[in-house]
Amino acid sequence: MKEHHLILRVVTKSLVGTIILFAFYVQFHGDFSPGGGFQAGVIMAVAFILYGIVFGLHEVQRVLPAWVVHKLVALGVLVYAGTGIWNMFLGYEFLHYGSFTPDHMSHGQHSGILYVEAGVGITVTGVMVAIYYAFAGRTPRLGNDDW
Amino acid sequence: MTETIVNFILFSMLVITAFAIVRQDRLFTVVMLASVFSLLTAMLFIALDAVDVAFTEAAVGAGISTVLMLGTIALTARGAKPASRPNTLPLLVVLVTGAGLVYGTLDMPNFGDPEAPSNVHLSPHYLTNSIEEIDVPNVVTSILASYRGFDTLGETAVVFAAGIGVLMILSGLRHRRRKDEEEEEDA
Repeated sequence: MKEHHLILRVVTKSLVGTIILFAFYVQFHGDFSPGGGFQAGVIMAVAFILYGIVFGLHEVQRVLPAWVVHKLVALGVLVYAGTGIWNMFLGYEFLHYGSFTPDHMSHGQHSGILYVEAGVGITVTGVMVAIYYAFAGRTPRLGNDDW
Repeated sequence: MTETIVNFILFSMLVITAFAIVRQDRLFTVVMLASVFSLLTAMLFIALDAVDVAFTEAAVGAGISTVLMLGTIALTARGAKPASRPNTLPLLVVLVTGAGLVYGTLDMPNFGDPEAPSNVHLSPHYLTNSIEEIDVPNVVTSILASYRGFDTLGETAVVFAAGIGVLMILSGLRHRRRKDEEEEEDA
């Protein structure tokens, strides 16, 4: 397989970790600053897509196999809806996060938002990476002159 | 005053980018310009103080969409086909639709109008009560994840459904098994 330029590979390797860290920051700091599950999911997916673009689909799928990604797509929705159903088991309405800590409603809101944002992030990451895999899996490799 | 100038410059650049996209034949250039268009839109959202939306636009519009469009180009063709028929009818449709949309905005409240329905009771409720009820400093998050939790669940389901749909189209279920076998033979 034709390898990309050395500088591209080195820079990518150093960037991927930072991007994933930033994704987690956006995910868990969404309560205090711009961002949340949707944005964090996309950023997380970008880390894997960047790795895939530079090192090839095969390499990135050793880290994150396609079957895991397909499970993630569904897992996020299940986490989100599961949070709501959990609230119902605790005796409140669907997605009434206050039910996690009935004595101090706003604490429950914190945990509820954390869970549903995690669900959103997982699904968005899964969908973005899955679509990239689907595209890249069918793409004939292009030389620089083909563009 | 400064904001007006910034908005004016950004909107002018949007229009210029749009015309540049229309006049291009090479799809690679079109995709890159579309990415520029998204970044400009993100800057406009920042000028409107909608940082969360700007964040999404920059990440999704300028980032992921560009990659996916490039993937699509790689699968299909590098250049646009020259139009075989005259453009009069499409132009007419676009003009009529555009006029209809502009007509529709005439009934909308002005930007930042304090008398606008959403600014009369809904926004003040969120802004004054969200710290007490949700205790999350970023009101956007408390609206998105808690007040409008059902909407966001629906959005997540839409992302899920869209992802499944794209996967089913791209994987071409009927041909997949045969293709996999071919690939195994190649390997």
